[in-house]
Amino acid sequence: MSTKIVTARVDIPNSHTLSVYLEQGGYQSLRKALLEMTPEAVQEEVTVSGMLGRGGAGFETGRKWSMLKQDLVRYLVVNGDESEPSTFKDHLLVENDPHQLVEGTLITAYAIGASRAFIYLRGEFALGLERVQSAINEAYAYGAIGRNIFGSGFSVDVVLQPGAGAYICGEETALIESLEGKRGFPRIKPPYFPAVIGLYGAPTIVNNVETMSNVPWIVKNGGRAFAAMGKGRSTGTRLFALSGDVMRPGNYELEMTSKTFRELIYDPDFGGGLKEGRSVKAVIPGGVSAPWIGPDNLDLPLGQDEVAQAGSMLGSGSIIVLDDHSCAVRAAWRITKFFNRESCGQCTPCREGSGWIEKIMHRIELGSGTESDLDLVLDACDNIAPGLTWPPQQTTICVLGPSIPSSVVSAIKMFRDEFMVHIKEEGCPFVH
Amino acid sequence: MSFFNPENLEKAQILVGLYPDKRSALIPLCHLAQSQHGHLSNEAMVEIAELVGVQPAEVYGTASFYDMLHTEEVGKYLVGVCTNVACLLSGGQELLEHASDVLGIPPGATTEDGKFTLEEVECVAHCDKAPCAQVNYRYFGPLTNGDFDQLVDDLKSDRLSDSVPPHGVLSRVFRDAPPMVPLEIIHQERRVMDEAKKARLAAQNPDAGGKQ
Repeated sequence: MSTKIVTARVDIPNSHTLSVYLEQGGYQSLRKALLEMTPEAVQEEVTVSGMLGRGGAGFETGRKWSMLKQDLVRYLVVNGDESEPSTFKDHLLVENDPHQLVEGTLITAYAIGASRAFIYLRGEFALGLERVQSAINEAYAYGAIGRNIFGSGFSVDVVLQPGAGAYICGEETALIESLEGKRGFPRIKPPYFPAVIGLYGAPTIVNNVETMSNVPWIVKNGGRAFAAMGKGRSTGTRLFALSGDVMRPGNYELEMTSKTFRELIYDPDFGGGLKEGRSVKAVIPGGVSAPWIGPDNLDLPLGQDEVAQAGSMLGSGSIIVLDDHSCAVRAAWRITKFFNRESCGQCTPCREGSGWIEKIMHRIELGSGTESDLDLVLDACDNIAPGLTWPPQQTTICVLGPSIPSSVVSAIKMFRDEFMVHIKEEGCPFVH
Repeated sequence: MSFFNPENLEKAQILVGLYPDKRSALIPLCHLAQSQHGHLSNEAMVEIAELVGVQPAEVYGTASFYDMLHTEEVGKYLVGVCTNVACLLSGGQELLEHASDVLGIPPGATTEDGKFTLEEVECVAHCDKAPCAQVNYRYFGPLTNGDFDQLVDDLKSDRLSDSVPPHGVLSRVFRDAPPMVPLEIIHQERRVMDEAKKARLAAQNPDAGGKQ
């Protein structure tokens, strides 16, 4: 069994409470950072750890921190707006180990010298909001937040901000807009790189919940110990959220690159395989924005570069399995419907394109599509992401738009025959 | 006439005080208004506008962007059935159709007695329990049709009122903390920290003096 970092405590009864967290050595890393380390020493450990951001883009955390413009006023924002379909890892962390998140947030606030830290949590996480607010309240009472923390001379406040139901707010500049009390419209980059112009126009670091949750361990054990796990750029562990047509869907924390897709899906300790007699038809790694991979790629190790080399991405760490009884057309249609609903509407290619693609995909699934619809839908995709390359070209302010074609293009590329059956037989051949 | 009752008005003032710019309290205040009234009424939006220093239309403009902020009345129980891909693969679409039959309303509608509103929702990050549903953002799953019927029965007879508060009540835990450390004090601290860091870096690497 490999080392568990972020999920080490999640199965302990009352793991969300301060008393259990303290019994398990909680807040020792914050003490160590504040009382024994300089901010730059903390940052150096995170840099040495090589930890890639766990939100989806996979940018090195230490490098991100080093890019923060050193104005006097600067902020830390934690992105807990987990909404990428089939991603449910942060959900587990905020409900079952909120103090770990708070401790990581405080250590990071110290390292980057944040004036204030905001934890933006998806609004639908009612229990998560209660757990994180309770953790913040307990941490204040314990002296871990507020004025002169642990007598170190360092003071900072932490504010929990609830979202209100909008996928786009997971995009960091949209999240900042939302945190400013506005519609979640992504900002154009440049000039609005948060590390330069972020919350209230001040330099801002936006980090994911899982990223923050790793920080206490890194401070305790050192960046080198973290970097010793995994391979290449994929250091440490990763929380993989496995769902779809597997016997044991769930969150599995694994050392990066230590297992392959096949092992995660079939190992009785993890996915437990598929239903009797079925086989893997396709896997959607990294969230529904990612291109699909086929059964020929199941022996790929679960690592950042390994999945990128196969033409997809590890993204948010979610993995959806489709077996041979599931309809690829229907799955791709549903994903497009999601994007159409969640497009913020600022950019024409995304706002209009997602609607057209959804309509065409839906009529194919329902049996009223024609053969020319395949070219038509690909043409609509090409208008959003010209060339249909991976990574995609961008015609829009944010990456939601260019994410729309991934599933449709993958499905047509891998399962063209299945589309033709829908068209010729005027309906979906699968039972559902 | 104030929309917020005295207890919530006090909470509202605390929320406004948490941010360098009070407009940031807009969404938390909308949630607070929904917890008091079940949905976001015009009166609430007018008062929120005053509290954060914007026009009521700006509150509406923001609120209308977000799925969870309801400017129209909704049922006591907002039932959301997920049909996104992980749930779709496990029968989420069929569960939604069943829910619609059982409640006797299409998605988007409210039962005549005002008890239930049905919604088709996007992924709620509960995919290991697919197909799943949320009631006032409390999660249930995996659900068979029979489980769903039981859930509706339990809600009808208020057997779940401890775990599922009426619509609008999101987090039942409010901030309980000392007053915020004034930003002037924080910034004095940061100035000292930044100077000390600069001095340390200069001492380590005299050639790069002034570069950072």
